[in-house]
Amino acid sequence: MSDALLRMSGISKSFPGVQALQDVHLEVGHGEIHALLGENGAGKSTLLKILSGAQSPDRGEIVFDGKPVTLANPHAAQRLGIVTIYQEFTLAPNITIAENVFIGREPGRNGFVNWRRMAAETRAITTRIGLDLNPMTLVRDLSVAEQQMVEIARALSMDSRLIVMDEPTSALSSSEVDKLYRIVRDLKAQGLGIIFVTHRLEEVMQICDRYTVLRDGKYVGSGAVAETDVDGIIKMMVGREVHALFARRESTATGEVALAVEGLTRRGNQQDPHAAVLDGVSLSVRKGEILGIAGLVGAGRTEMARAVFGADPFDSGRVVVDGQPVRIRSPRDAISHGIGLVPEDRKQQALFLALAIRMNISMASLGNLDRMGIFVDEKAEQKVVEEYRRALNIRMASPEQLVVNLSGGNQQKVVLARWLALRPKVLIVDEPTRGIDVGAKVEVHNLLYEMARTGIAIIAISSELPEVMAISDRIVTMREGRVTGAISRADATQEKLMAMMTLSTARAA
Amino acid sequence: MVEARVEAGPPQGVDWFGILARFAPLIFLVVLMAVFAVLEPRFLSSINLFNVLRQVSIYGLLAVGMTFVILTAGIDLSIGSLLAFAGLVAAAVSKGGLSNRFTVGEGQDAAGYAWYLAALAAIAVGVVGGYLQGFAITRLKVPPFVVTLGGMSAFRGAALLFAAGGPISGFEPEFVWWGQGKIGPLPGLGWAIPVPVIIFLVIAILAHIVLRYTRYGRQVYAVGGNPEAARLSGLNVRAVITSVYVIMGFFAGFGAFVLAARLNSAEAVAGTGYELTVIASVVIGGTSLFGGVGTIFGTVVGTILIGVLLNGLVLMNVSSYIQQIIIGVIIVLAVAFDTFAKSRRRTA
Repeated sequence: MSDALLRMSGISKSFPGVQALQDVHLEVGHGEIHALLGENGAGKSTLLKILSGAQSPDRGEIVFDGKPVTLANPHAAQRLGIVTIYQEFTLAPNITIAENVFIGREPGRNGFVNWRRMAAETRAITTRIGLDLNPMTLVRDLSVAEQQMVEIARALSMDSRLIVMDEPTSALSSSEVDKLYRIVRDLKAQGLGIIFVTHRLEEVMQICDRYTVLRDGKYVGSGAVAETDVDGIIKMMVGREVHALFARRESTATGEVALAVEGLTRRGNQQDPHAAVLDGVSLSVRKGEILGIAGLVGAGRTEMARAVFGADPFDSGRVVVDGQPVRIRSPRDAISHGIGLVPEDRKQQALFLALAIRMNISMASLGNLDRMGIFVDEKAEQKVVEEYRRALNIRMASPEQLVVNLSGGNQQKVVLARWLALRPKVLIVDEPTRGIDVGAKVEVHNLLYEMARTGIAIIAISSELPEVMAISDRIVTMREGRVTGAISRADATQEKLMAMMTLSTARAA
Repeated sequence: MVEARVEAGPPQGVDWFGILARFAPLIFLVVLMAVFAVLEPRFLSSINLFNVLRQVSIYGLLAVGMTFVILTAGIDLSIGSLLAFAGLVAAAVSKGGLSNRFTVGEGQDAAGYAWYLAALAAIAVGVVGGYLQGFAITRLKVPPFVVTLGGMSAFRGAALLFAAGGPISGFEPEFVWWGQGKIGPLPGLGWAIPVPVIIFLVIAILAHIVLRYTRYGRQVYAVGGNPEAARLSGLNVRAVITSVYVIMGFFAGFGAFVLAARLNSAEAVAGTGYELTVIASVVIGGTSLFGGVGTIFGTVVGTILIGVLLNGLVLMNVSSYIQQIIIGVIIVLAVAFDTFAKSRRRTA
């Protein structure tokens, strides 16, 4: 396609320690809706950031409308007419629609805003996309779908030629999605190029003309949507060898159910019935079993874990430990019932970076390490720290070293040690190997096996399919706050799992 | 994002910045004392040094309480007002109740209550005041700055209302001993140590033990360092935060009692501006306004440092207006240093 609107070729980008993109191509024509696809971490976000000027590539060429361009900063991209609409909206909630649409480019003279003109121009654009609202309405009073329309209006007001939409439908109800499709088709008819990033493959089939698939930062392929099907795309997305290092193991699951979750439901926005964070989630895990939870970003995996652990409230449903329904309203309740959580973000949610390793390890179990109920028994504490330093092979200079100075893998072991010291019945680990190197990953996996062997029931959430498949005895998939299927490890393939994670009705299992 | 860091073995080399940051207040104090000693020979006399200690002992009591608050990334601006109110209540109790509070003269007030009841009353006022503020912060979710700014005004108003214009003066000798008494002379040294100084040092040691060796102390650091991680570790974050304001209130009440004893008088304008001096002492002592980092030792050094600074400036006849300017600049510099240290910690 020589007349392509956008042609990115040979794009590479590396961050310290990781090659985020390697020789990636992307071509979008005039009046084309192009799906950009890939698993979590495939490199879509990095590519979008380069396209929006937020990051510059190490190598590669970008040709826009026939001319080679450099997108040095977001402003440069916008001047060319490339506008990105992010998943988290960038609107300012406390000012009007008109102000948001024209933010930084308000019509007027000498520093004064011509409100009448701004309102009229806003109205002209919003009518074009079927948003019938007073431009003077405050953005915070709008629904999520309406806010998205305002984002689109802002994009149009900049005379966009190419609009990038990152997961535009993830927060919308089906009628709102239909409306969005109408607008997108309308924009297409006007000759704009549109890049659609989505996890919903049915959507790709419905609305997109062409697609490009990335995997592990590399270009896998692209083609016309009409010439393929969902299975073909899934194959391209996951076609990857299971890492040889992720050795399989024998199951140590017993028959006894340690934890059962029944009908767990959490509404996000009380006014919006579509905004359910968790919708009737039921699952169970047995003693000594590792239950993997797979799903794409936003599937509700972390939300489920936090609700079970009492970190977030839930509206209905119940949690059963060892056959007894328990009341969990705070992490303290969960801990008292033998449930632990290794949260997904170590630094923000688990570690006390300014405190020593010793204090980080003992923080949850101080109740067992006290003298007279008041003082910390430091001798006993030292013993516990030493025990887990050996068992988990935590590499540290001394227990008094600040935890901030440890590598990611050792920090994660410190968090695991904190929970092991409590001897939990159930341990939920959310992205246990995120951001740690391969060697440490294997160590963490072995630790999980070892815990399971001692009878702990483990729920492991991971965005890496090969990891989930390697460590789990059984895998439950989630999508949009619902459980979409369960499959034993023996039956699981990446293709089946991807289908269960991306399609609204589970076909596999 | 993948971290590229190789396994961190023992840290390479000596962390000079870390050591310097840790002892910076102490080094600064020694340097300051040396400078004053050279400029003004009277400064180093034992009488003057005890004078400094006695002057800082009330600030020091409050600073110990403030250390707990700031460790949780909180702040308490109400302490000066709460101190004035609690002091008046203690004075009234010593005088035998509200109706007798303006009875002047010593010894004749047979109707008055004993010093310990006065002290308990002051502490009770402080504890209740602190609890109310802690409740507003944790349950009503109002930021500590706003709650205690409100408290600053409300307690001052309560004090003015209670005093009805005049100071309450003239307490029994046992009461006054707590502010003006001395213990000693110490055998072999020939020094008598003022009671408030002893109170300050004993309290500081107790607070050090609590923060360093108890479960509660750990929880204060944890909640201040990372409240979300503390909650997910099963700590009762709201209770810990409420408790530090109760502790602060306790010290405001206790400090009020000692101050009233020292002045043999309580008045509604007592403690005005104390919050700034106390917060400055704590921050200069190395406690981070971002929470989770700090020690009582640092606070003691910071308190003495401010006392030495003010004392030296007075001896050198520097106007009290200029003293205020200096304190203001120092508190900003101390926080700037803290921010710098924090950014170094993060990248370390």
